[in-house]
Amino acid sequence: MNSHEMALSSEQLRALYKTMTLIRRTEEQLARAHQMGLVPGPCHTYVGEEAIATGVCANLRRDDVVFSTHRGHGHALAKGVSAREVAAELFGKVTGCSQGRGGSMHLFAPEIGLMGTSGIVGPSILQGAGAGYSFKLLGSDRVSVAFFGDGAVSNGAFHEGLNLAAIWDLPVIFVCEDNMYATEVPFREATPNQNVAERARVSYGMNAVTVDGNDVLAVYQAAQEAVTGARAGKGPSLIECKTYRTRPHAEGMRDGGYRSAEEIDEWKKRDPIATFKSWLIANDQADSDAFSALDDDVQTTVEDAIEFARSSPFPDPATAADFIFSTQE
Amino acid sequence: MREITYTEAAREALAEQMAIDPSIFVVGEGIGERGGNFNTTLGLYEQYGPMRLRDTPIVERGFVGMCAGAAMTGTRPVVDFMFIDFILDSMGELLNQISKVQYMSSGRIKMPIVLRGCIGIGGAAATHHSGSYYSIFAHIPGLRVALPSTPYDAKGLMKTALTGDDPVLFLEHKLLLNRRGRVPEQAYSIPFGQAAVVRSGSDATVVALTVMLPKVLAICENLAREGAEIEVIDPRTVAPLDIDRILESVHKTGRLLIVDETFGPCGIGAEISALVMENGFDDLDAPIARLNGLHTPTPYSPTLENAIIPDQAAITRALQDLLAE
Ligand SMILES: Cc1ncc(C[n+]2csc(CCOP(=O)(O)OP(=O)(O)O)c2C)c(N)n1
Ligand SMILES: [Mg+2]
Repeated sequence: MNSHEMALSSEQLRALYKTMTLIRRTEEQLARAHQMGLVPGPCHTYVGEEAIATGVCANLRRDDVVFSTHRGHGHALAKGVSAREVAAELFGKVTGCSQGRGGSMHLFAPEIGLMGTSGIVGPSILQGAGAGYSFKLLGSDRVSVAFFGDGAVSNGAFHEGLNLAAIWDLPVIFVCEDNMYATEVPFREATPNQNVAERARVSYGMNAVTVDGNDVLAVYQAAQEAVTGARAGKGPSLIECKTYRTRPHAEGMRDGGYRSAEEIDEWKKRDPIATFKSWLIANDQADSDAFSALDDDVQTTVEDAIEFARSSPFPDPATAADFIFSTQE
Repeated sequence: MREITYTEAAREALAEQMAIDPSIFVVGEGIGERGGNFNTTLGLYEQYGPMRLRDTPIVERGFVGMCAGAAMTGTRPVVDFMFIDFILDSMGELLNQISKVQYMSSGRIKMPIVLRGCIGIGGAAATHHSGSYYSIFAHIPGLRVALPSTPYDAKGLMKTALTGDDPVLFLEHKLLLNRRGRVPEQAYSIPFGQAAVVRSGSDATVVALTVMLPKVLAICENLAREGAEIEVIDPRTVAPLDIDRILESVHKTGRLLIVDETFGPCGIGAEISALVMENGFDDLDAPIARLNGLHTPTPYSPTLENAIIPDQAAITRALQDLLAE
């Protein structure tokens, strides 16, 4: 880890820590709520991968856009959606960011550039490219980010989206979250070449780097270069983030059979938050008082969010067919 | 009034709206300098250049998904498929994304995208270039489906498609593309969900879709000489469907025939029939009749191709049977 080239202030460094912690604590509470039956639908947590959304979104402006995946709570929180709105949405409440229409896999907050988490693997890549096309056509310096997992890399959307963004020089940052598995399928069984950055470079002539996805500063730095380049009209790039999810694919699913307990433990030792905390201490960026203040603050936010979700009303059944078209029928 | 072709009429609306709205861009194979396989964009590239007339590689899923993202972020893509059959490669983007985003985002994201292409049987195009699919599209919440059958409607419906905020399938029958008709030079639009009563009569109602309209009209002229006055309705859009106009007509005539080149099972004719039965049963003096093309892929050889579409004799017979009921 090295923060010098990125010129990050202590305040910014602590903000990265705080965002990662917010994602972690929110996910833990959502997982608990899921176990208690308070989340009626599926819940894929981002535990272990927090550094990626955090490092990428810290480089974005409010009017930049993000297209996310089924594992999207972290992207939403990092883009600035409140923990209240995320939790309430998973609880199916009208106060959720999709007013209870979406749940975990359809979080929307276009006002701040969250253009949707997704129940389908792949389309984020194409839609991310499309937002890039819009910004280029409109002469804007906004940029677009498409998150996707290793599972999307063998999908046509990856190849078609990267190809289109490359031939038209679109301001898009493709962020691959390679957590080694798509549900239970190891990446090495899904494709002969698991080097995603190389594939972007060789096949589509794109700037691409591979980074430790558990190192928030490494992600931040790669994203900073990619975003700066895209804003300056230098076209698309790809960031391949090597990471790991330390919880099951989705809450309530088994976690054995396809990976070993040793492997999970190995990765837990590389926890992105704990690692970053040690680094902050070692580099005199925060002391234990600062951490307890940050941690308490996050704890309060998350408790409030869960309470808000719990006490919010469900949507009115009479509104079930609202918003199908731009004007009400 | 001057007469222009169906294709020219739709292109006029596109050109007119592109001049007004700089966020409109067209994507497709050969729609740039070449002007479109069916001349849908002829002359526009010279005016607007490659950012707004974007020739694409052959990646239907890719550019449809991409255009969804563009429509979500402030521009207005027009996807020109040439043959609408090619849209099938992008069905997930269409039915899972484009049709659903407005709803899932509680109306906070708009989806102003036009997906156009030629449909229908004719010219020995065979089965990969003869599909229509509008009943499938009309089945899906969140999609508008326009089926212009005259140059006048082509211009007016295209204008509406390009000024609304919803996804629109704009489906142009290949046998209509070069038909000429009167089209005003000034701008106008035709709202979606307004059927046209193309011919009025009191003895029976025929709902005729797209290419069937001119065929049905010719037959009605013949039958008029024998004293039968047939009312002919062109829905112009099947989503939304102007069922009220059809019900009004059936109230007057008591008899209904739906003539549609596309498949019968689970088709738009079945839907119209069910709606009339649910809402106008007491007006009916005879069972509702449907005449559809055969439920088969489209064959190549002209003798086979002709055998699967409702021809003049079949339409005439169906109408005579209905009048005799
Ligand atoms: C098109 C499509 N096929 C299948 C699924 C079911 N599915 C949901 S998540 C998933 C695995 C995705 O793996 P990856 O992209 O690596 O993301 P990760 O879950 O590892 O974050 C699958 C197969 C889906 N959502 N969409
Ligand atoms: Mg994965």
